[in-house]
Amino acid sequence: MKSLKYILPGILFGIVMTKSEAVSWFRIQEMFRFESFHMYGIIGTAVVLGALMVFIMKKINVKNVDGSEIKFASKDAGYKRYLIGGTIFGLGWAMTGACPGPMFTIVGHGVWSILFVILSAILGTYTYGAIRSKLPH
Amino acid sequence: MNFIEFISQPWHWSISGVAISLIMFILLWFGGGFGASSNLRTLCAIGGAGHKHSFFDFDWKSQIWNLVFIFSAIIGGFIAVTYLPSPEPVQISQATQDYLQSVGVSTPQTIDQGFGFVPSEIYAMENFLSAKNLFLLLGGGFLVGFGTRYAGGCTSGHAISGLSNLQIPSLIAVIGFFIGGLFMTWIILPAILTF
Repeated sequence: MKSLKYILPGILFGIVMTKSEAVSWFRIQEMFRFESFHMYGIIGTAVVLGALMVFIMKKINVKNVDGSEIKFASKDAGYKRYLIGGTIFGLGWAMTGACPGPMFTIVGHGVWSILFVILSAILGTYTYGAIRSKLPH
Repeated sequence: MNFIEFISQPWHWSISGVAISLIMFILLWFGGGFGASSNLRTLCAIGGAGHKHSFFDFDWKSQIWNLVFIFSAIIGGFIAVTYLPSPEPVQISQATQDYLQSVGVSTPQTIDQGFGFVPSEIYAMENFLSAKNLFLLLGGGFLVGFGTRYAGGCTSGHAISGLSNLQIPSLIAVIGFFIGGLFMTWIILPAILTF
C-alpha cells in the first residue's frame, strides 16, 4: 500500500516525458546529430537543478517521508562496466529512439509496437544477468 | 487561452528540466529514487529468473514502488496525448528533417500526420512487422536492456540522478551513451534505413 503514493509522480512523469517531447524518436535523432539544443536544455536544466537540490538536501539533512535518511545512490568505483555498458545502451537508445522511461510512456500513446521493444529489453536485461560473471566490470 | 490550452502547447526545455528535477526530488523524498531501467530487472525477478541466476535473486517486493511509478507513466502518457494534445507535431530542426528525408523517414508536418513522437515508417502497425523494422525494434530493445543493466542505469539513473549526485561513474556512463548513440546515429542507422 505504501507504493500507491508513487502513482501521482508516475503520471506526472509520463505527462512530462510527452510534453517535453523527450519521448520523440525525432528529438533523439536531432540530439545525436547536434542539430538542436532542445534535449541538451532539458537534461542540462534537470542536472543543474538536481545537483543544487541534492547539495541542499545533504547540507540541511532533509529526511524522507518516513523520517529516515534519504538514500542517494552512490555508484561502485570502476570504469569498464560504465563505458562498455553505457556504449551498448547508447546504441540501443539511438536505434529505438527510446530509453526505458519513455518506452513505457509511449505505451500510453497507443503505439503497440513499442511492446516488442520492452519485451526485448527485458530479454536483454535477463541475458546480462545470465552472463554477467563472464563480463569485465 | 485557458489553462488546459496553455499547458497543451509543447513545453519549453527549461520547464521540462525543472519538472524532471522536481520528480527526482519527490521520488527521493518518498524513500525511492529516480531510475527507470532497474524495473526491467525487477520484472525478470518476478518472472522467476532468480531461480536460475543469482542476479535476479533479490527481494523484488522492495522494488514494487518503482514498478508502480513506471506503470503510472503509461497513464501519464495516455493523459498527455488524450487530454493535453499539442496543436502541432514535434517541431524538429529543418536540418534533421532533411537528413531523415534522405534516409526515407518523413517528419509529420501537420497534427493529422502524427504527433512526431515515433516515425510511422518504423513503428506504425502496418509497417513494423517488416524484417528491417523488427530488427530495429527487437535489436534496439535488447541493447537497451542489456546495456542499462551492464552500466547500472540509464538516462534517469545515470544522466539525471547520478550526475546530480556528482558521481564520476555516471559521467563515464553518459560518455558511453554518447559513444554508442553517435555511432548508431551517424554510421549504423543510416545504413539500416537505406538497406
